[in-house]
Amino acid sequence: MEYLSLLSQELYKILFVLIPVLVSVALIVWLDRRVWGLVQKRRGPNVVGPFGLLQTVADALKYIFKEIIIPASSDKTIFILAPIVTMTLALVAWAVIPISETLVLADINVGVLYLFAVSSLGVYGIIMGGWASNSKYPFLGAIRSAAQMVSYEVSIGIIIINVLLCVGSLNLKEIVLAQQNMWFVVPLFPMFVIFFISALAETNRPPFDLPEAEAELVSGYQTEYSGMMYAMFWLGEYANILLMCAMGSILFLGGWLPPVDLFPFNLIPAPVWMISKIILLFFLFALVKAIVPRYRYDQLMRLGWKIFLPFSLFYVVLTASFLFYFDLLPTRSF
Amino acid sequence: MKFNRILKTIFLTEFIIALAIAIKEMFQPSKTLNYPHEKGPISPRMRGEHALRRYPSGEERCIACKLCEAVCPAQAITIESTERPDGSRKTTRYDIDMLKCIYCGLCEQSCPVEAIVQGPNFEFATETREELYYNKSKLLDNGDRWESVLAKNIKLDKPYR
Repeated sequence: MEYLSLLSQELYKILFVLIPVLVSVALIVWLDRRVWGLVQKRRGPNVVGPFGLLQTVADALKYIFKEIIIPASSDKTIFILAPIVTMTLALVAWAVIPISETLVLADINVGVLYLFAVSSLGVYGIIMGGWASNSKYPFLGAIRSAAQMVSYEVSIGIIIINVLLCVGSLNLKEIVLAQQNMWFVVPLFPMFVIFFISALAETNRPPFDLPEAEAELVSGYQTEYSGMMYAMFWLGEYANILLMCAMGSILFLGGWLPPVDLFPFNLIPAPVWMISKIILLFFLFALVKAIVPRYRYDQLMRLGWKIFLPFSLFYVVLTASFLFYFDLLPTRSF
Repeated sequence: MKFNRILKTIFLTEFIIALAIAIKEMFQPSKTLNYPHEKGPISPRMRGEHALRRYPSGEERCIACKLCEAVCPAQAITIESTERPDGSRKTTRYDIDMLKCIYCGLCEQSCPVEAIVQGPNFEFATETREELYYNKSKLLDNGDRWESVLAKNIKLDKPYR
């Protein structure tokens, strides 16, 4: 009985995280399309609900009622599993994201490691989907996507090491609290830029949306998917983008902390700061989508391996030696 | 690579300029129309939905000369005619298959009495194919409904025909 009550309590907490995330994913899709439209001097979705805010809900309803087509030659189990894996992994990562000092589902000591592990696993959903479709375009898209995500994960990992050097802890809460005096975006600005670009590549956003380059690959690994399964891929993708924005704001923009701990700023509650930072980063994501042309695949790989990786490694050495020389290395009592 | 070019690449100058332009453009009024609520201007020569017109007395204009049937490149028009007791030739059947029609406007041009015309209406989508097989009564209805606009358009376009 005690076990049951504990379970229901945890379930309640999980829903408390899950539902806001799903709702904000819906809103973020709207924001994305709207910004894209406005930059191109269109109107964007503006019919369903106030300002078209409910457009995503209408889209989701449409997807639910559409037929799910499973190709005859596909591996059915994996084909069905793939979107589920993608979406689950995208949502599972939200467990460790602190929205404020107290609002966090799982305050674990290796939060960054967990985030990194889960977002790396995200590749599996795409590989499974592309391979199980048993069709050429999804397969090519999946291969591209896997190679791309693996390459950029390496540079993201090294960027995170930079941050960890300054914090001395893998706990996301402590990472935010370490930025009380100065956000890491100031001393690690080049790393922030590279993190942003890598995040674009990691989430398959333009200009790195080669896995679904519609001019070449129809729509990449999603080609054979329809109905709710497609919608789940799509939700997972946007949940991942949102997660990357949250990660960026925690690692570099001081999470829920106000810019300066002074009178007008510290009145605004912490979650508002966090959410507005996520939205700011997402706004940048959306703007980038509207203004840049797509990279060629070899350019993408060159950027990842020949420029970002050496540069972020160099910056790790720089940060470490700077901290060591000025005796600023964070000390931890174990 | 030139030194300037390297600097541009490293500091993402062009990217930042593009961002600034994008943000500036966001606040410009949009060029597209809010379609069902706003509509663009339509030329008097617009070749939209067909209509059969009447004389002000209420008599049908069509004299069943079948020129439109003959000229129609898509063979979308079918006409059957008969002689009335008063000696005038009138149609008993005037069908247009709106799905075959290519909206070329030749029927309108060939008509000697300005009976068959293409009006400014382009929003006549239906849910079934059958509804787009127009017959005479439907076409006459269209003529009655759009008469004021049709007469005005014909008058405006007269100098150019």
